[in-house]
Amino acid sequence: AGLSPERRAALGASLPLVQRDYRFERVWFWGCIQGVRGAYYIAEGLGPDRAAPRSRLYSLNCLDWSLLTPATKEMLALAEQVKGRFQGDPSFEYSLAEINAEAAARLIESGKEPVIKEEARLIATIEQIDRAVGIVPRGAFVKTPLGSVHENRHFEGLSLVEAKKLSSYFHFTEPVNLKNKTLLEKADLDPSTDFLDSLEHDIPRGSWSIQLEKGGTVVVLRSLLWLGLTFYHVPMTKQFGYVYFGTGEKNLDLPFML
Amino acid sequence: HGPYRPHEPGYGLDQPGYSPYEDEIPDPQARMLAIKNAKAYLLKTSTRSGLNLYDHFANILTKILDEQPANTVDIIENISKDVKWAKFQKKMDTLRDEHLIPPTFEAAEKCKALFVKEGGEEEREEVEEEMPSLPNVMETAFYFEQAGIGLSKDECYYIFLSLKNLINVQPIQTCRFWGKILGLEMNYIIAEVQLREGGEEEETGEEGEETTAEGEKEMGEAEEGEEKEKEAEPPKSTYKPPPEVPKEENGTGTNKYVYFVCNEPGKPWVKLPPVTPAQIVCARKIKKFFTGRLDAPVVSFPPFPGNEANYLRAQIARISAGTHVSPTGFYQFANEDEEEEEGGGDTYEENPEFEPPPVAEMVESLATWAHHVKGILNQGRCVWINPSQKSEENEEEEDEEEEDKEEEGEEQQEERGPPLLTLISEDEGMKDLPAWTAQASTDLIPQYSLAILQSNRWPGAYAFASGRKFENIYFGWGHKYSPESHTPALPPPAQAEFPSGPGITETADPTVEEEMAFKAAQEEALAGAEEEEDEEGEDD
Repeated sequence: AGLSPERRAALGASLPLVQRDYRFERVWFWGCIQGVRGAYYIAEGLGPDRAAPRSRLYSLNCLDWSLLTPATKEMLALAEQVKGRFQGDPSFEYSLAEINAEAAARLIESGKEPVIKEEARLIATIEQIDRAVGIVPRGAFVKTPLGSVHENRHFEGLSLVEAKKLSSYFHFTEPVNLKNKTLLEKADLDPSTDFLDSLEHDIPRGSWSIQLEKGGTVVVLRSLLWLGLTFYHVPMTKQFGYVYFGTGEKNLDLPFML
Repeated sequence: HGPYRPHEPGYGLDQPGYSPYEDEIPDPQARMLAIKNAKAYLLKTSTRSGLNLYDHFANILTKILDEQPANTVDIIENISKDVKWAKFQKKMDTLRDEHLIPPTFEAAEKCKALFVKEGGEEEREEVEEEMPSLPNVMETAFYFEQAGIGLSKDECYYIFLSLKNLINVQPIQTCRFWGKILGLEMNYIIAEVQLREGGEEEETGEEGEETTAEGEKEMGEAEEGEEKEKEAEPPKSTYKPPPEVPKEENGTGTNKYVYFVCNEPGKPWVKLPPVTPAQIVCARKIKKFFTGRLDAPVVSFPPFPGNEANYLRAQIARISAGTHVSPTGFYQFANEDEEEEEGGGDTYEENPEFEPPPVAEMVESLATWAHHVKGILNQGRCVWINPSQKSEENEEEEDEEEEDKEEEGEEQQEERGPPLLTLISEDEGMKDLPAWTAQASTDLIPQYSLAILQSNRWPGAYAFASGRKFENIYFGWGHKYSPESHTPALPPPAQAEFPSGPGITETADPTVEEEMAFKAAQEEALAGAEEEEDEEGEDD
């Protein structure tokens, strides 16, 4: 999976324009979700605070981008019920009555139609993926005493030994397990860089595949829970990033497959 | 204020007239003394680390002035830490270098070995006559790149070179880059190959040896069984496992091609064993990730007969059967009579009169594509076989049982799959999902666009066509897509125990006392009965 030269060229031309129009400090290509009849190309943009909720845009051809509304809890709950591939058409409506009669009834009561649009499902899926498997190497981001998160300009990359360990990578979302660590573990943490959850305690164990390619010049992590998410890092350099190329479906068979 | 007021070392301190505290210590003598004291303080060596502040500041400032980073004051603490850290690095240097060298540079050496050009001129002349066709991997990669599929150019070139090595080593007739399957620890690069006839004979020789070895084993076991029967043994179970469906011959059906795999280009190629129907049937029921090691066991239920190499081979066979397509009409049956045979034509050849339809048509209508690999039946083979008509090595027992099996065999209906060159428009979709998605690679430049097919049943299988060129490839994890979650087979219910009844329930044997008491009680009862009879008799 990848991008054709045409799409790459189009991205190079359209993303800077997006940055200009929406006044983002950083904008990057997040990935591509393949539907049955077409694919969605997703980009994300951020302002100065890197931990702020991200603005997401989608495009069907890498040229014209449309902003997506932020995800709400309702959307997330409904989207988890919908199974199957994306259709490729953002206005496609999934009929909720078949999927979850209760939710449909609730919607009808509140006066809305019992459908969920593919756009909402798209928003919820991207949010879920970012929350569940969006990762960064340890030390790449620092938290200032004021609470805002910045890139660590002094980050020089993980060493080869560190790069093979799952504990050197963090989920870039609100930490859940941090408070549950024992006092002994907390004493070793550096509050400016260790303010996120590491990958070690992900359930189920083994849901990440770490590979060193080209004899250790690149370390690639692939998530097995969301098949298609690939994270790369070149040890001892500042280069890292992740991208999603997949069908946008969670791999619920993971426990059987390990 | 005293002479030990901290002020910055550096510019202007020693020059009269520029010090910021000139007005505070007017007397030059006292100021010089203050400066000396301050410097002495800075030069004081720390008792713990052996550093002194003066040298440390000097190093920091040198570093900052050399590198001139932006917004230095924000990262000054980190710079200070780094300078201290750098001091200790030299002692550990040799150890660290030794640790780092092996993996990166070994891999680089292997890749470099790929580039070595082989042979002298004489060998080249001989080789040209029988040169097997090395596929032009770079050309294929170019076409797939237009669709947004594929590996990086570097990796493709390494694969190209390793395929060339493979051809030089093994007796190969045709060769194709099949694709890449991802695994947990390592990935697999797979080449689909047809061996030359000499190579195949060797394999059958090996198989012959294997079967004779198995036959000897069976004989050995039978002898042991006879010996055991002489000793008192519990009754032998009359369970005979259902007859094993024989695997297909090399060169036909699921074993039409031989597959070689390697973990990374540069590593040696390993041949995968031919696939048996039992393995395919089991592979359909399980869904496991590949670890990347061919000898890893596949722990699953139902238990997979084989290790990861067999599982990989079975998945490759399923993917090939399900997703290898070509434009309709490119291949035609070699002999038209063969179509009418039950087995279906297995051979096809290129149609010299094939005229490729335009790309737009190939995208719109799926009827322009056809499978050129036979589908796999439920039995696990491409050609159905009745397992009870199997072996010629019949002992008398088997002869008797054959009659029973033939009756059962009639119940097993002959399975027929779709014939060889079926159009893919007849592939069933799952629920609302069509089996294939067709797209053109670009809308902007229609003259040079390709038709791209993506399989929805096997995510990761792609095919492209452009004029007379077409190719199939697979990049993925090696699993079939199912809209419902994978439900593993449940273990069979536990066998019911023999119903308990008085006949077989264990009871304790009565002890001697109990027996005597029972006997006494019986005699009393008898005596009592006789007395009653006597009494009745007397009454009469």
